[in-house]
Amino acid sequence: MNRIERRFQDLAERNETAFIPFITAGDPTLAITGELVLEFEKAGADIIEFGVPYTDPLAGGPGNQEGAPRPLEHHLRIADILALVKTLREKTEIPILLFTYYNPVLAYGVDRLAADSKEAGVDGILCVDLPPEEAGAYEAAFGALGLSTVFLLAPTSTDDRIDLIAEHSTGFVYYVSRTGTTGERETIESSVKGMVAKIKTKTDTPVAVGFGISTPAQAREIAGYGDGVVVGSAIVRMIGELGDSPDTPAKVGAFVKSLADAAKGRA
Amino acid sequence: MSEYAASSTTQKHHYPDKNGRYGDYGGRFVPEILMPALAELEAAYAAAKEDPVFQETYQHLLKQYVGRPTPLYFAERFTEHLGGARVYFKREDLAHTGAHKINNALGQVLLAKKMGKTRIIAETGAGQHGVATATACALVGLECEIYMGTVDIERQKLNVFRMQLLGAKVNPVETGSKTLKDAINDALRDWVTNVGHTHYVLGTVHGPHPFPLICRDFQSVIGRETRAQILEQEGRLPNTLMACVGGGSNAIGLFFDFVGDEDIRMIGVEAGGTAIEPGKHAARFAGGTVGMLQGALSYVLQDEDGQILGTHSVSAGLDYASVGPEHAYFHDSGRIEYTYVTDDEALEAFQLCSKLEGIIPALETAHAIAHAAKIVPDMPRDEIVILNMSGRGDKDVTQAAKLILPDEDLA
Repeated sequence: MNRIERRFQDLAERNETAFIPFITAGDPTLAITGELVLEFEKAGADIIEFGVPYTDPLAGGPGNQEGAPRPLEHHLRIADILALVKTLREKTEIPILLFTYYNPVLAYGVDRLAADSKEAGVDGILCVDLPPEEAGAYEAAFGALGLSTVFLLAPTSTDDRIDLIAEHSTGFVYYVSRTGTTGERETIESSVKGMVAKIKTKTDTPVAVGFGISTPAQAREIAGYGDGVVVGSAIVRMIGELGDSPDTPAKVGAFVKSLADAAKGRA
Repeated sequence: MSEYAASSTTQKHHYPDKNGRYGDYGGRFVPEILMPALAELEAAYAAAKEDPVFQETYQHLLKQYVGRPTPLYFAERFTEHLGGARVYFKREDLAHTGAHKINNALGQVLLAKKMGKTRIIAETGAGQHGVATATACALVGLECEIYMGTVDIERQKLNVFRMQLLGAKVNPVETGSKTLKDAINDALRDWVTNVGHTHYVLGTVHGPHPFPLICRDFQSVIGRETRAQILEQEGRLPNTLMACVGGGSNAIGLFFDFVGDEDIRMIGVEAGGTAIEPGKHAARFAGGTVGMLQGALSYVLQDEDGQILGTHSVSAGLDYASVGPEHAYFHDSGRIEYTYVTDDEALEAFQLCSKLEGIIPALETAHAIAHAAKIVPDMPRDEIVILNMSGRGDKDVTQAAKLILPDEDLA
């Protein structure tokens, strides 16, 4: 059992929802990313999603589209992200999931990335543009080392696809709560609750909900039926606004605490 | 007629397979949210292919609206000038809207209408695919939005206004390099958001399966007509086929019917830009490696981390970091040769063709002409070369003037 699976098991025993913040690794700097992870853990985050920078993030909304290429300006590479995870592992056992597009994975080498991720202390990977149909070698490589391969479901998913993803996704299933790219929305689509319930009839794997969730009220609503709540764009945008000032980690940490508290019914 | 009258391509070439693969290339690499739409499109297209009413409507419009068959024209003065093989132009520039793009755009818009979609989106680089899609939408009465990079908007202003005249909304794309790749990213983002009632008319033989197949099928009319026309005019098949390659739809369109004729040489000409160095060209087979961009495995201009490199070409339609997966397959198998010419060579050919033949070619097409000018002089005079005149150059005249004329003449 890896850290992601163990965390969901512990949370289930406490009847608690996972809070999963997303940040782009290296945005604004790798050092601040490290500080943010530690702040987020203190704030009550359960799993960290590390966005791997990419030039062409087609599934990213405005916030993530700006966040994803930013670290490339200082030539951030996957190896740098893995090195950061390795350093963080001296201080924290918080589960870490790589959130990436497929081409950087392909360029790094699927087997090599699985091995190096394991060695660094990464717990799983989510590849936004890699459906299970194309993922055979990738699932085998990461699965063999006990790393989770998380797949997405969406409002457009048919019953066949729900069955397929339920079968393939390990660690958790990531339910994309609305059609469209990531980004903040004022309301949660009414279909989300029903879809989450439907997915849960097909699998015992936890279901986390993300894309478009940006406020404590929304996090609280999702926590009513999801096993996990993911917040990305709102955090990435805040980091973009604050930049590399010394109080960025504390300020973003406070926002994350408000979201985590809401997800866990503490506020 | 002889045994050459029928194409043997489909007996010898069995791609794409059921997974949308051309050998190792192609596939369907998209966010989960689009997977149902691609499955729906694949099924709808398979049904339309067998539907006599759909086919009849499409063929009727190709003839009466697009103006097909386009002529196969013997370029006598160009041939004399080069002093080698006899050069024919397949005149896709004479198709309605001025390029081959209408063959695919019209087919896909009819398909979308049949599927009950009410809104069409498309990307465009040089503007030709945008104009073709806007035209087809005007014809059948569908709402149309075109994504176009602001760099391309600047160099193809005439086409922007044409799209607007045709009733389309042109959405400027400010992200990334602000060219074709970024327009595709934004079109995909739109599709992800509005997939229920929207069809994305992808303009080339790239993207996730079934787009490369659909586009190839709609464009392969070019090669089928060419076969019949050259047999009628010369009584035999050509020795060499040539076309420019951006995503690669005009090249596949001309080549596909002849793939099975193994003696026929095929040459795809990419954009060499100013130099084969990162960011200065769009010659994927000269400077690219295997990767996945925008839905398909193919050759990609990327750095060692899999980050997509900037591209450059004087021609907006060739200025793209990847190439259709079937081209990647034909490259590796050796069935098609790929080469490139520089911006300067293309501009020279642009002028040469205009002066010798009275045909102003698109800057994209000028790349193929430039390569012909290099190699045809060494070919025996009894050989036949067919070059796909994929588009006309009216759209490029302003930009070409800036590059060709001395500054004082522009005032």
